[in-house]
Amino acid sequence: MKAPLEWLSRHVALPTGTGPDAIADALLRIGFEVEDVVGVPVTTGDLVVGSVSTIEELSGFKKPIRFVTVDVGAGHGPGGGGDPREIICGATNFAVGDRVVVALPGAVLPGGFAIASRTTYGHLSDGMICSVRELGIGTEHDGILVLDADAQIGVDARDLIGAHDAVVELAVTPDRGYALSIRGLARELAAAFDVSFDDPAGGPAPDRPDPGWPVTIDDADGCGRFVTVRVSGVDPMAPSPFWMRRRLHAAGIRNISLAVDITNYVMLEFGQPLHAFDSGRIGGAITVRRATAGETLKTLDGSIRSLVTDDLVVADESGAISLAGVMGGESTEISPSTTDVVIEAANWDPAVIARTARRHKLPSEASRRFERGVDPEIAASAAEAAAALLVTYAGGRIAGRSTAAGRLPVRGPIALPLTEPERLAGRPYEPAVIIRRLVQVGCAVRPGATESSLEVTPPSWRPDLARAADLVEEVARLEDYQSIPTLLPLAPSGAGLTPGQRRERRISADLAASGLVEVLSFPFVGSADFDALGLAADDIRRFTADLANPLDTKRPSMRTTLLPGLLDTLGRNLSRGARDLALYELGLVFLPSRNAPRPPVLPVDRRPTNAELVVLDSSLPIQPRHVAAVFAGAFERPGWWGPGRDGGWADAIELARKVGRIAGVEFRMVAADQRPWHPGRCAGIRLGDWPVGFAGELHPEVIDRLGLPPRSAAMELDLDALPPAEVQVAPHISPFPPVHLDLAVVVQAEVAVAAVTNALRDGAGDLLESLRLFDVYTGDQLASGAKSLAFSLVVRAPDRTLTAAEAVAVRDAALAEAAARTGATLR
Amino acid sequence: MSETDTPPGPPPLDPADAVEVETAAAAAAAAIAAAPDLDALKAVRLAHAGDKSPLALANRAIGGLPKSAKAAAGQLVGAARARISATVAARGAELAAERNAGVLARERVDVTLPYDRLPTGGRHPISTVTERIGDIFLAMGWEVAQGPELETEWYNFDALNFLPDHPARAMQDTFYVKGFTGAQSSVANGPESDGQNSGLVLRTHTSPVQIRTMITRRPPIYVICPGRVYRTDALDATHTPVFTQVEGLAIDRHLTMAHLKGTLDHFARAMFGPQSKTRLRPSFFPFTEPSAEMDVWFEGKKDGPGWVEWGGCGMVDPDVLRACGLDPQEYSGFAFGMGIERTLQFRNDIPDMRDLIEGDVRFTAAFSTEV
Repeated sequence: MKAPLEWLSRHVALPTGTGPDAIADALLRIGFEVEDVVGVPVTTGDLVVGSVSTIEELSGFKKPIRFVTVDVGAGHGPGGGGDPREIICGATNFAVGDRVVVALPGAVLPGGFAIASRTTYGHLSDGMICSVRELGIGTEHDGILVLDADAQIGVDARDLIGAHDAVVELAVTPDRGYALSIRGLARELAAAFDVSFDDPAGGPAPDRPDPGWPVTIDDADGCGRFVTVRVSGVDPMAPSPFWMRRRLHAAGIRNISLAVDITNYVMLEFGQPLHAFDSGRIGGAITVRRATAGETLKTLDGSIRSLVTDDLVVADESGAISLAGVMGGESTEISPSTTDVVIEAANWDPAVIARTARRHKLPSEASRRFERGVDPEIAASAAEAAAALLVTYAGGRIAGRSTAAGRLPVRGPIALPLTEPERLAGRPYEPAVIIRRLVQVGCAVRPGATESSLEVTPPSWRPDLARAADLVEEVARLEDYQSIPTLLPLAPSGAGLTPGQRRERRISADLAASGLVEVLSFPFVGSADFDALGLAADDIRRFTADLANPLDTKRPSMRTTLLPGLLDTLGRNLSRGARDLALYELGLVFLPSRNAPRPPVLPVDRRPTNAELVVLDSSLPIQPRHVAAVFAGAFERPGWWGPGRDGGWADAIELARKVGRIAGVEFRMVAADQRPWHPGRCAGIRLGDWPVGFAGELHPEVIDRLGLPPRSAAMELDLDALPPAEVQVAPHISPFPPVHLDLAVVVQAEVAVAAVTNALRDGAGDLLESLRLFDVYTGDQLASGAKSLAFSLVVRAPDRTLTAAEAVAVRDAALAEAAARTGATLR
Repeated sequence: MSETDTPPGPPPLDPADAVEVETAAAAAAAAIAAAPDLDALKAVRLAHAGDKSPLALANRAIGGLPKSAKAAAGQLVGAARARISATVAARGAELAAERNAGVLARERVDVTLPYDRLPTGGRHPISTVTERIGDIFLAMGWEVAQGPELETEWYNFDALNFLPDHPARAMQDTFYVKGFTGAQSSVANGPESDGQNSGLVLRTHTSPVQIRTMITRRPPIYVICPGRVYRTDALDATHTPVFTQVEGLAIDRHLTMAHLKGTLDHFARAMFGPQSKTRLRPSFFPFTEPSAEMDVWFEGKKDGPGWVEWGGCGMVDPDVLRACGLDPQEYSGFAFGMGIERTLQFRNDIPDMRDLIEGDVRFTAAFSTEV
């Protein structure tokens, strides 16, 4: 909302000398975000009101040129006398006797345009007659500015043209529809300065029983009231007065025609949107109703709108002529030949208008106000004010009035305990202060049911005031939030992070410390992302939650795996010249259930039952937290210490193991075939038999498609599938010396190391303290298809020093078990 | 021991002859002093203090002396041998020190050599600062609550007092979920789709976590709710459709706006330093009444210390409490929320939002874990 301060302050008894900054600060303090304060561009030097004395049309030039004498009053004529100034002018929109704005030599107009006496078109031009644009108060430049006829000759023109004005641009929150008007803002400003306020709406207009345009309301809930005032015999060519155009321009509204300008002007001043129909084009009685199925309406912007039965329309006998509260129709639009006007002022159901404006993507000045709430009691006075302006500036007479009544919402008084402001705001307020502030915003305040409470009836323009808390906000904001003291509440002792939260932090910190960089990618994916990963058509990861209004139509779905975003980020880094990368991400994936119900409609006036909440939650996809990582290029760099090493499948799998160790679980790796991984280099990560993720080298085709370095690897696992860590039982640390033994066995190449390791452990029994694979060998010294695995064993007893024979017995038992289970032989 | 076992050599010393003993000792001292290194010293020690050295042999010969001469000879030879041992030890220490000094000098390395064999990883500043904020509140006894990012409209809007057609709901620029689809079926599964409305949305704020907390727990409640939220803004220098919010919620008996202000001031000081403070301006949110916008005093502001818009807050709306089964007459509470990206933008001077979003490792790696 752009509010010209000159207009605003006309209704507020502001202390003299209150400047734009003080006004902006006050508005900010009471809850209006000031986006800008714009002054009118400055003109320096003499700028005076003149009266055109003579006009001589010069001929022989390419365009019409006038040689004009202008009476600029005593002291402003040539040489400081009272004679008229001679001025050359290219405009023709004025006549002898018109009041105009003259910039005298020495004046500098906005933009640095300096005025001097100069000879042009064969005459000395001794000043300039200015257009609105030249004065910096508007955009019109199709002629010079002609002032209203009562402007006094010779006075400084700056006051008349509003050159001292400033405009505050405010962001009005959606609960305060009343503040989208000079009336509403002036009342706020008066309260902020604790000064008196003069209501431009001046209370309801007298209900005069003129026979007016016949109106029937078919939808009493949609339309609370429909007021018309008809003005006949208007001059269709009558221009809008300058003062009105100036205020409209300052408020950001385009000048169109007198009738339309008046409806806009009254809307800005009262907050009541109006519509002007050409009476001659309305076909009979008006009906307010919902649109019929298939009905269309050509709106003022020239678009043909297909209406639905939720839209409210104003109709005549031919059908819809206006989209109620949103935009008028073209068929009854005011035209340059309109001499008979019906002015509409109505009250519409905010929700209906909001839906219609959104459905037709037609936010208008009117709909913005109606959906936020328009004072239901000022329709008649607004229509009357508009009609009066029309009569004043375009002649004619009021030819009839009508008021049709629908149903307006009934709002009762609110009980306000006098302690309530303190209970919520945390500081005491005197009863007199509470009452004064509530009265300032327009409430009627009476003693309440008990001595310690008030009965407060909010004003008609404040539908947002419905509960005691709403009234508390009014008192607290007008008494300044800064006056509220500062106290730190004492929370009960907390339990800190949950085990899951601690685990996430540890995992993230550990991956970062291991050399990986965290990314937080967008969770939006599309089928092309799944195609790139090589997912089969029936892959469950393609079953997604889809957005109705995605930003990128190629990625309309929510991720079911972290890999697309992670690989996308990897690709972006590679394209920016990075070569060796290890990235990770922790985040939610969205896994819809095929049998999810539609969410039930639940109440808000009570807590839903647990059963209702269970159904509600079951409509949601499950959203587990995953961790994923990708490796591309070198993970260990080459340097003076020796060669580097590319990250690969083993790093990816080890990273998964690391996550398991942090979570207090030991994963089991099994060979797996899962896209996007290499079928021979993919580990299924298992917790017991439960699959929790995959890790390994990416499939060469995936690497090709995504343009990744060869052998790039990835890991992803479901953190929510990991159980909370159990309390760990401490190991017994034996003080006796260990026996270190090595054991090399030969097995067939396809035997998994894990199988051999498990067998060795089981066979060795309790005396085995640790077992570690330190070498894998295949080659000439072995039969083909065989591999040698070399282990180091530490054997130790908890209660004695082992003899060499005992240690060897442990090794032999381990070997025997491995031989039995995996065919291992001693190398 | 027979004669033939004795190698030929100088005649044995007479242990009783002081001159002979002292001569041998002097010869030993000279040889020890002349030993150039530890190996030479070892040879010298063998020759002069070993089992077959003259003084060792002389010592053995004491047994053959007359009883009356044994004590004096023993003293004489013992003293000489002790002196030699001490001299060997002293010279040994000298030579070892010399050798060690040489070794250490030869083993000198250039400590400025970089050893960047393993890459430097890093956490995203959004994660780091989110944890830091969590820690500030954990220290006051608050807890951290989390919830789903894809939400029902009931949790995201209805329970938070957003009326169905109120402009406040449209202000949120919501991503609506159309339905669930798989590649195999073109028909929507799960929630039926009627145009834009399946009843599911991407949460537009973390406030549904507040609702979930109030629904499942009894007051006193003091929680901080960090997480990702979604609005349909295209990505540019100051907007992103996916961003991170931290909201706080306190529900207890007797909580007022004064407690809200106290909490925010403490938070501001913990985040921005002891000079910081907050300022409330009246505003509107459907889920709080009274409501306020919150500015923070930021010393490090680019054009000098000043107020920066930081977030929204207010007293939890009585209708919200009621929807969660809490009596607004018995309990009151406050809530606040702010954007992490925006906080980082002004606090860490990040003019372009895209730097926080795109995951360029050069950006992330520049942040330490203490942002």
